[in-house]
Amino acid sequence: MNKPLDPAMVRPDAREDRWQAEYAGQIGSDNNVRNRSGVAIKPLYTPRDWNGDRHADDVGFPGQPPYTRGIYATMHRGRTWTQRQLIGLGTPADYNARLLDLIAQGATAVSLIPCNSVYRGYDMDEVHAELLGTCGVVLNHVEHMDACLAGVDVGATSCAMNDPSPFTLLAFLLATAKRRGVPWSAISGTSNQSDYISHYAANHMFFRIALPGARRILADHIDFCNRHVPKWNPMSVVGQHMQQAGATPAEAMAFTFATALQNADDCVARGMDPDQFLPRFTFFFDISLSFFEEIARFRAGRRIWARLTRERYGAKDPRSWRFKFHAQTSGVDLTRQQPQNNIARVTVQAMAGILGGLQSLHTDAYDEALSCPTEYGARIAVATQNILREEAHLTDVIDPLGGSYYVEALTGEMEAEILRSMRVVEDAGGMYAAVSAGLVQKRIGESARRFQDAVESGAQTVVGVNAYRVDEDRSARPSQPKPDPRKMRDHIAAFRAHKAARSPGAVRKAQDALARAANDPKDNVFAQVVAAAEAGCTHGEICGTLRREMGFGHVQAIV
Amino acid sequence: MDIRPKVLVTKIGFDGHDRGSRIVAAYLRDAGMEVIYTPPWQEIPVVVKLATEEDVDVIGISSLATDHLIVPKLMAALRAAGLADVAVIVGGIVPDEDEEALLAAGVAKVFHPGGALEDIATFIRDITPALRAKRITDGRYLA
Repeated sequence: MNKPLDPAMVRPDAREDRWQAEYAGQIGSDNNVRNRSGVAIKPLYTPRDWNGDRHADDVGFPGQPPYTRGIYATMHRGRTWTQRQLIGLGTPADYNARLLDLIAQGATAVSLIPCNSVYRGYDMDEVHAELLGTCGVVLNHVEHMDACLAGVDVGATSCAMNDPSPFTLLAFLLATAKRRGVPWSAISGTSNQSDYISHYAANHMFFRIALPGARRILADHIDFCNRHVPKWNPMSVVGQHMQQAGATPAEAMAFTFATALQNADDCVARGMDPDQFLPRFTFFFDISLSFFEEIARFRAGRRIWARLTRERYGAKDPRSWRFKFHAQTSGVDLTRQQPQNNIARVTVQAMAGILGGLQSLHTDAYDEALSCPTEYGARIAVATQNILREEAHLTDVIDPLGGSYYVEALTGEMEAEILRSMRVVEDAGGMYAAVSAGLVQKRIGESARRFQDAVESGAQTVVGVNAYRVDEDRSARPSQPKPDPRKMRDHIAAFRAHKAARSPGAVRKAQDALARAANDPKDNVFAQVVAAAEAGCTHGEICGTLRREMGFGHVQAIV
Repeated sequence: MDIRPKVLVTKIGFDGHDRGSRIVAAYLRDAGMEVIYTPPWQEIPVVVKLATEEDVDVIGISSLATDHLIVPKLMAALRAAGLADVAVIVGGIVPDEDEEALLAAGVAKVFHPGGALEDIATFIRDITPALRAKRITDGRYLA
């Protein structure tokens, strides 16, 4: 962090004083400009705010601690970010067609979003049929995963699974790999939704086991992947949910680090070596429209993580110190009004993430405030990334805003703000305790309300919503893609037939082993989830068993 | 005499994005209404039971991820339980073609992203007196 220089040390710069007087004379006092995290923003930054004296300590070079300028020496000039578009719709065959299309357009990795019924731990024959496949692919067992990834070399393609506890999608992927003769050591990717704490605090999308069980399954999952799937990132610590729910950028990063510390503490308590599990920790953030704030926050985040991993865990491997993150442009900033304006918003958000040094990026489709994204919208989102990279040449220079008086000063201020919120959680006994007590949820709710009040009062402009409104032609809006009901009926019928054709003995045996593991702390629950997937158990059977044995996690009502 | 509307704010189906439902619930409460708030994931029979026992004027359903597609089922369940005189409003991400289907199923109003919170409060205040009068003429409290 940078402190303003001692005025006695600096020769007073008459020209700066003159500017200040002139500015004050014309504008008067306007000290109330603040960014979303509450940091006061000055009209001009000069060497009085940041002068490079602490360059070596605070900024340094890419690939060297504290990594302010990037976690790799070559950053985007060497290897640009992974273009990872979240997709999922309809049946496995629908998903596969869309995936192959996106790969042909330039997507370089797989991402899979299952249907909300899957998120919530149910099979397709247990739920309202109207909701199946409307937001993600309906995938309930290993053969569905095999069909989703037909034509994709799973040993050579990074796969991000939007896969909450108990990680059945990864289990189905591992079972698919085994069937195809691909060794697990070749499987790479990320369990994108492994962060049960963020689900508990902010995004109640996901199957929930009561907190103690969720805590244990995550540690089992990290342990299993470290041993058997070494290229897999089992821990994605998620700030995105909390920011979408209303946390400010600084709060979202603070609560995310607090979560990472909680999970790392839990791994250490199990006797795991920090230099084994920390290199496989990744982060996932939202990128709001607050351009400089987001850039500064990501730079500050790298600095904080590099310090925490060394000071708190004594990590010695530089891979443990690197703050690797995926980011998604913020859907909350998008508007239903004049939806094409969202293309501009997503572009600015994506630029903030890129200049902030991300490793992987999802750009939202412009029509997400209208419906689940259309294929047309998703294509523009991918093109936006291609334009920023190859037409605008954003990747030519590493950390191009480094050394800017404003960005460096703001990076320090955001760091201080993040550390302040982290202390609140620490004082409450850590993230597990703070979330159990509802403290984090309350903070997030208050920040959401504050932002909404600013929009309602007009203090925060939202083009097309509270300013610059126009009469719109509804017919120009894209129509919502919906799964074909006939195909979905066939999918359900095939699922029922598949279940009936299995050997009931093998399925029962695998479920019993899973139930025993849930009650035996020395066993590994995730290892039994994988075994159950291989034995042909369905997602709903696996989740149902764990729900019975470990208890269901309800949502607290906090308004 | 000022009527204080009683509103149930809830979510049915799978989705758990509750920023909207929490903000709306807090706003209506602060605007002087009696608000019953539930966390996400409520089953339709539970919503009907709550609406009956709490004698609410309005049910607000928040839907961000297609859960509005089962709102017609809720409307049928309310009618079957004799609660046709409870107004149902839906807020969230609802495509135009689905909005028409919801209105046809008896939903009183659909609120979209970017709408002002005050519009929701005004709408509820405007419809509540007639809803109460209808509940009395329907003889709902006689049985």
